[in-house]
Amino acid sequence: MAEVAPKSVLYCKICSWPPEYCEFGSSFKRCQAWLQENNEDLYNQLYSNANLSNQLSSLSIEKEAKLSADLEKKQAKEEAKAEKELAKKLMSKITIKRIERNKRKHIISISGMEVLEMDLKKICKTFANKFATGSTVQKNAEGKNDILIQGDVSDEAKEIIEKLLTEQGLKDVKIEQVDDKKIKKKQAAQTQTK
Amino acid sequence: MFKKFSKEEIHSRSNIKSSVQRGLKANFVSLYPNIEQAIDLVIPKKSQVILIKCEDKIQLYSVDKSDEDGENREIVMFQHFNDDLVPTLTTIHKFPEAFPRVQVDRGAIKFVLGGANIMCPGLTSPGAKLPDENIEEGKIVTVYAEGKEHALAVGKLLMSTDDIKSKNKGHGVELIHYLGDGLWNYHD
Ligand SMILES: [Zn+2]
Repeated sequence: MAEVAPKSVLYCKICSWPPEYCEFGSSFKRCQAWLQENNEDLYNQLYSNANLSNQLSSLSIEKEAKLSADLEKKQAKEEAKAEKELAKKLMSKITIKRIERNKRKHIISISGMEVLEMDLKKICKTFANKFATGSTVQKNAEGKNDILIQGDVSDEAKEIIEKLLTEQGLKDVKIEQVDDKKIKKKQAAQTQTK
Repeated sequence: MFKKFSKEEIHSRSNIKSSVQRGLKANFVSLYPNIEQAIDLVIPKKSQVILIKCEDKIQLYSVDKSDEDGENREIVMFQHFNDDLVPTLTTIHKFPEAFPRVQVDRGAIKFVLGGANIMCPGLTSPGAKLPDENIEEGKIVTVYAEGKEHALAVGKLLMSTDDIKSKNKGHGVELIHYLGDGLWNYHD
């Protein structure tokens, strides 16, 4: 073994498997879409018609047909489920709230991050490192986890979240930036005019 | 082994001594001689291996990850009780040439991904492949699939590969770790 360098393997960001196995997973359509966007060469290699015929197996035609029919049924079922979930996810919204602590200090509260299905503590660490500041996870009134970041970093946080969403094929999820102070003022103004 | 594995099954984590770490590497090389030249890439000399003890006498070995993509540590191998050390799929994907391999036909892929043991016919059909040279019963083998490049599982031979060829009946490989199981989905 002269060659000792580790082989680098691309993993599907949707199902985590090497993309050649996505066809056996429960999110095949989303996996394909992700691969097409993130690695077109491999996408063409795996899914171009010429190569599909290469993948024909040695199984008898009837057996193969039955297997793929079974698999398709299962996939269709699971994909319908996954699509429903995805639609729900895409409807959700991430809110980045800028809260004024005092005249010069701000804190950023991010809610709706559960759509990413990632370890929030890890995301916190990323923020803390990127912004050289403190960041923590906190349960909000609805029992969901918010991320709190010290400092006025709303725009920067938005950029990072956008990147994470794109990586997961969720770039249609809306990110809303709000300013807590202004809301209060507006509300106050409204109550005054009443 | 890891069908239902999750964080809850972890009992303890501890740094292992450097002498134990050297022993671990020697042990791994003795089981898989072809990894010898790459063993310092699997467990770098300056790294600190963490032993993660889990339910059912399962021990995971984790090291600092060399390639930077947000995650800090990676399980590189594991062991059940005193059985042979087994490379994780991430290690196998990096060093595919280092481990003995068998290949299942396309029809068996979805069963393997479901965590089932591999039946002999799935290892002897036209799409499958077994090495010419016999591998003894009890040895760890990496599992590949017809038309695919990367391993999808690792398991233990329940009979020698010669017996699988000649008997061609019953379970041939006990599945230990596969794409999508609890260990694959666990991130240290
Ligand atoms: Zn996938």
